[in-house]
Amino acid sequence: MTDATLAHHDSHDHHPKGLARWLFTTNHKEIGTLYLVFSLIMFFVGGAMALVIRAELFAPGLQLVHPEFFNQMTTMHALVMIFGAVMPAFVGLANWMVPLMIGAPDMALPRMNNWSFWIMPFAFTLLLSTLFMPSGGPASGWTLYPPLSLQGGNSLAFVILAIHLMGISSIMGAINIIATILNMRAPGMTLLRMPMFVWTWLITAFLLIAVMPVLAGAVTMLLTDRFFGTSFFNAAGGGDPVLYQHIFWFFGHPEVYIMILPAFGIVSEIIPTFSRKKLFGYTSMVYATASIAFLSFIVWAHHMFTVGMPLGAALFFMYATMVIAVPTGVKIFNWVSTMWRGSMTFETPMLFALGFVVLFTIGGLSGVMLAIVPADFQYHDTYFVVAHFHYVLVTGAVFAIMASVYYWLPKWTGHMYNETLGKVHFWWSAFWVNVLFFPQHYLGLAGMPRRIPDYAIQFTEFNVISSIGGFAFGIGQLLFVYIVWQCARGGQKATDGVWEGARGLEWTVPSPAPLHTFDTPPDIDHPDLVAHTGGTQ
Amino acid sequence: MAQGSYYVPHTAKWPIVGSIGLFTLMVGAANWLNTNPSGPWVFAIGAAIVILMVFGWFADVIRESEGGLYSHAVDASFRQGMVWFIFSEVMFFAAFFGALFYARVLSVPWIGGEGTGAMTNLLLYPSYEATWPTHGPAELGGDFKTIPGFGLPLINTLILLTSGVTITMAHWALKKAQRTALIMWMLSTVVLGTVFLFIQSYEYVHAYRDLGLTLGSGIYGSTFFMLTGFHGMHVLIGSIILLIITFRCMAGHFTKKNHFGFEAAAWYWHFVDVVWLGLFIFVYVV
Repeated sequence: MTDATLAHHDSHDHHPKGLARWLFTTNHKEIGTLYLVFSLIMFFVGGAMALVIRAELFAPGLQLVHPEFFNQMTTMHALVMIFGAVMPAFVGLANWMVPLMIGAPDMALPRMNNWSFWIMPFAFTLLLSTLFMPSGGPASGWTLYPPLSLQGGNSLAFVILAIHLMGISSIMGAINIIATILNMRAPGMTLLRMPMFVWTWLITAFLLIAVMPVLAGAVTMLLTDRFFGTSFFNAAGGGDPVLYQHIFWFFGHPEVYIMILPAFGIVSEIIPTFSRKKLFGYTSMVYATASIAFLSFIVWAHHMFTVGMPLGAALFFMYATMVIAVPTGVKIFNWVSTMWRGSMTFETPMLFALGFVVLFTIGGLSGVMLAIVPADFQYHDTYFVVAHFHYVLVTGAVFAIMASVYYWLPKWTGHMYNETLGKVHFWWSAFWVNVLFFPQHYLGLAGMPRRIPDYAIQFTEFNVISSIGGFAFGIGQLLFVYIVWQCARGGQKATDGVWEGARGLEWTVPSPAPLHTFDTPPDIDHPDLVAHTGGTQ
Repeated sequence: MAQGSYYVPHTAKWPIVGSIGLFTLMVGAANWLNTNPSGPWVFAIGAAIVILMVFGWFADVIRESEGGLYSHAVDASFRQGMVWFIFSEVMFFAAFFGALFYARVLSVPWIGGEGTGAMTNLLLYPSYEATWPTHGPAELGGDFKTIPGFGLPLINTLILLTSGVTITMAHWALKKAQRTALIMWMLSTVVLGTVFLFIQSYEYVHAYRDLGLTLGSGIYGSTFFMLTGFHGMHVLIGSIILLIITFRCMAGHFTKKNHFGFEAAAWYWHFVDVVWLGLFIFVYVV
């Protein structure tokens, strides 16, 4: 084929308006926005479910909802937050930023990009519709362990097929991101000059393609066990319910890193900017990310120590899990070293990034505690686990997403957000999220089980504190919506560079970033550009 | 690497059609499974919309490709996409192979009392002795016989391996611009795929009717039919893809240098072939 070709998106005036613009778009920035808005909506849907849980747990005894509905809330909260809020937010950020960061005109497969997004609202309609069915939503926990999950009502088929849709969307999204990163980089943007956010997403996309099909396989086996008489998870037929847990967690553990690696990337962009230094140990960051991804495939059974396994297996999974602390430690020390003797300022993105470093580390360390097999026998399925993964996911993943939104919002909207309100949002969130989750460590160590709507009376005080923290944290997020809305509407004009210390191709395009950027690839070694990008990493 | 202008379509109408189709399909399937009488109809409508979408979408892509809109960079993106798609398919099959290995190597022996399974065996299934094939301690699905590997499955293996050769011959013919040979080799590949499917269906009927081997025959029946069934579905899809590529060859599409549509179909076919080799060894023979 010739290198035929007009600028294919030259006629901007033909761009459709209204709903059609969003339904038919192939533009990475518009699709990125769709993902981010969808994720924000799901964040509040899942948050509302969390508040039902915290309201019920405000006092011992059964207060507000039926236990069955409580179980539906814990199940749906997890599914909505994982697949509806955190993952789409990161995909949205990748859509917006990866082409800008590597100097690409768009994503590699723009039409499929549209499809990846537009499956999501349908998948969640299917999932959430089960709450309105006579037999209610899924109530077996998001992990859908058999035999419990097979004993539920009509929801199982809907949930499984919704998960298939989410999987299709995730796999296509990940393929697109890998193809974009490997194929669309501007000349001179070698792999080891890519920004860390791009690197972490490259590895995350690989993880997604490797494990989402495994989840599809696991839930397909559930479906056939329930409806077609197979015996994968039925010991009477020679199967084993524990087999499900192995397959599920072979997906589930890499999934944990799918939700945190892009966060590492974001923090690795923000801390250098506000420290006005280059990222310390860039190459070691890349290798640490790859090591974490590799290790994520061989640690899955630490989620199931109490289910029983040969001693050798338990030891292997314990040590392999602990080894993850090494590359993660490399990252944390690199972030700290980046700040060392930097001229630091503390704008909202930096505050969230620093909050991430401190609070994610707490979640990481409680993870090491959980990896210890004999200790896990005590901690398993208690609120200690709940506290652990909420530190990793809320003060980890969600804080990083908040940080990235404040960091790139001026580039997206062309306006500065209200810095004072942003800081209020950070301090409010950082305070209350600890009120919310820190007491849960004590509850768990004292033996309060998770996923139970009632509890023994001695757990009351910490539950009251946790619930107050939950409502305060949740309400505080409305401020975030207001800040974003206000910034989208207007405000102080943002410069192209936005942040004094910001380096990278995304800061060389105007603010707001025009619909089409890098139609011709930038010459990243051009002296003018090097001044903005800081040259190589 | 992307150089010069990269083709980005203005708008895309097919994805939203595809989403509506998939949603309808899934709503129909879920209702069908829950024995709602409207289920099959909704499912059929969804399937029809999805098929319409696939044809419409590919028609657009083929039109753009034949119109010379795709640069080398676009071609490279398609290659990346196909490689990673096949990798995702490999991982899907890996889940089912994993289930097979786990049952054979670990869980069935455990139920039989080996290793950590001593108490399980003693308390729940004292009379059960671990064997393979098995339909478990409850002997689900009644007595059954298995299909010996060195009969029809061996013939099917040879058929698929041969089809791997014929599609390579087709590729050579395409590279030498020998259109008639290309079409003949493509047709023989499609025929081989179809014969494979016929033999596989015959075997299924035989298993259900004469051998007592069904999807409900415990863990053996589950792994046997799910692995071979998903593989068969892939052969069916692969054969349809090859048939359409054959029609495109007849319509004069593809050049000596540019024929990624052909190559993608060939990659997919080889993937299906390799999965079968795994199946033949681990499901039928070992």
